[in-house]
Amino acid sequence: MEDIGNLMHGFAVALSWKNVLFMLVGILLGVLIGVLPGLGGANGIAILLPLTFSMPPTSAIIMLSCIYWGALFGGAITSILFNIPGEPWSVATTFDGYPMAQKGRAGEALTAAFTSSFVGAFFAIVLITFLAPLVAKFALQFGPPEYFAIQFLTFASFVGMGREPPVKTIASMMIGFALAAVGIDTVTGTLRMTYGIPALLQGFDFLIAVIGLFGLGEIFLTMEEGLSFKGKHGRIDPKIVLKTWAELPRYWATSLRSCIIGCWMGITPGGATPASFMSYGMARRFAKRKEKFGDGEIEGVVAPETAAHAAGTSALLPMLTLGIPGSPTAAVLLGGLLIWGLQPGPLLFVEKKDFVWGLIASMYLGNIVGLIVVLTTVPWWASILRIPFAIIAPVIVVICAIGAYTVHNNMFDVVMMVVFGVVGYVFKKLKYPLAPFVLALVLGDMAETAFRQSMLVSGGNLGVFWSNWLVGSIVTLGIVILLWPVMSALRERARGGPVAGGA
Amino acid sequence: MAEKNDAGKGGVISTRSMEVAVGLLIALLGLIAVTDSHRVGAAWAEDGPQSGYFPNIIGWILIACGAWVVFQQLRRWRQDANKVFVTLHDFKPVLTMLLPTIGYVILIGFIGIYVASAIFIAGFMLFQGKYRWLPTLLVSVGVPLAMFVLFEIWFLVPLPKGPLESLLGY
Repeated sequence: MEDIGNLMHGFAVALSWKNVLFMLVGILLGVLIGVLPGLGGANGIAILLPLTFSMPPTSAIIMLSCIYWGALFGGAITSILFNIPGEPWSVATTFDGYPMAQKGRAGEALTAAFTSSFVGAFFAIVLITFLAPLVAKFALQFGPPEYFAIQFLTFASFVGMGREPPVKTIASMMIGFALAAVGIDTVTGTLRMTYGIPALLQGFDFLIAVIGLFGLGEIFLTMEEGLSFKGKHGRIDPKIVLKTWAELPRYWATSLRSCIIGCWMGITPGGATPASFMSYGMARRFAKRKEKFGDGEIEGVVAPETAAHAAGTSALLPMLTLGIPGSPTAAVLLGGLLIWGLQPGPLLFVEKKDFVWGLIASMYLGNIVGLIVVLTTVPWWASILRIPFAIIAPVIVVICAIGAYTVHNNMFDVVMMVVFGVVGYVFKKLKYPLAPFVLALVLGDMAETAFRQSMLVSGGNLGVFWSNWLVGSIVTLGIVILLWPVMSALRERARGGPVAGGA
Repeated sequence: MAEKNDAGKGGVISTRSMEVAVGLLIALLGLIAVTDSHRVGAAWAEDGPQSGYFPNIIGWILIACGAWVVFQQLRRWRQDANKVFVTLHDFKPVLTMLLPTIGYVILIGFIGIYVASAIFIAGFMLFQGKYRWLPTLLVSVGVPLAMFVLFEIWFLVPLPKGPLESLLGY
């Protein structure tokens, strides 16, 4: 097969000593980001993005994606040892991971978490390897209506599958779209919503929003909760690793189910966080020892971790093949690609073969390197969390400020970062989801262009979105998913059960 | 916005007033988008949709969402009487982070990011963490220094600098 040959060539690219070094640096930075509160995959990569501008694109994206893998691994460490989810997708890991650590089984829990993460990611990478070229080939035939339909589906799935109230999801998304429209209209060159303020000419950059919403917002929330980090000691000796590995194959069914849930939620942008919860819930429902869940059951660590990584990794599939990211972190990586002049989408697979397959090969290698690194360095990361918050907090704010400034070398961006930080704090508390906000801000221009071109083709007739079976079925599916919450609410009401409120 | 309520100890900001406030802000944002879209033209010109066509739709959806959030909250006004957005007791630490951060950002414009960072970290450690001057000095000087080496020397990314840096020849 041609693709296998390409992949092998990709391994040759990824295995150069320089790229392996970048991989290692990326993983270490990623775990650090995952462990620290206020720094996560999305804003961590956003902050480090400007530093990679001087590197060759392939090395840069390898390092950045490895930061992502590292962050995914790192979230588990804090959940298990400190009962503090370093990342939202590791919240479900605390349910059984922390009780295990309390019983002195921290080593087992960590090994299980890391190994399942690896399995989940590996499953997703294999999926990407075989599915991505097909999707890309298929997408070559897409016109503007198809692109808008896919984006519509993406945003509809946030509304239909999110755990937040649908109205708030839509509101958050529309704010993103509105902010994306600020500045110069790319089609006609007209100034929109700048109200004569020169700083608004450039519009709002989503990287600033990501740093503010996820970075500062998280710090404010942590301040309010007044966390003091009191954790269990984590050390993993090889004997425990082998013992846990011998035990893990028993949970193959849970593992496989979690892989599938994760990949599904990652490709349709449900995201890693709902995937981990859903997978945990399913594992409990199907388990023989249901009552043990929440009490330190190893299966309760396996399920969410596998799904979170499968989702986190497979979110890159639509990003690479269609140019539509499945998660905020994938959006930041997409932003990086654009800055290097690489336009993600089906053509990338034709024009930049080296790059695409180098990246896919680096996913395999990065996850293997990541697994080894985290298994051997856990005690060190655990000690970082013992640094008091009064030192960590201001340092993270400084890092965020520097990150926001370096995006455009613009002081106004730093001010906006603080504003976004406050918005992030309030939205988080009122259950407005942040991911649709960020994705709408990223995709706003693209979605608008696709919509306007479709309208242009059809002369303003919405029927263009049902003009052939492909675009018609995507749009119809999107509408069904969009109306899902309404339909299930009506069904509940018909049954006379409790009605889920809209706000 | 910060409606007083006797439900908690000390002052609280209730969830319901916060919900309404945010709902109104969202609707206001929608109104801004709609107004501006009509200024640049939200209709159909001879060469296709005008600039305001898409933002106009977005604006109307925002207004609808904001109105819906407010409406839902007003309907549940009594039931939600005891829901607390944040107590003032819990909000104080947030302010001790937010206000210095605002001050820090203002300071960057005058004395550069490195010196401002040092002052910010030192202030936070001294007043919030109650550290002695030696660890405070080490961290607050060490971190900006490391950033300086990383950005200005290794990666050649210029950050805002002030009088101190120009005195040292940068």
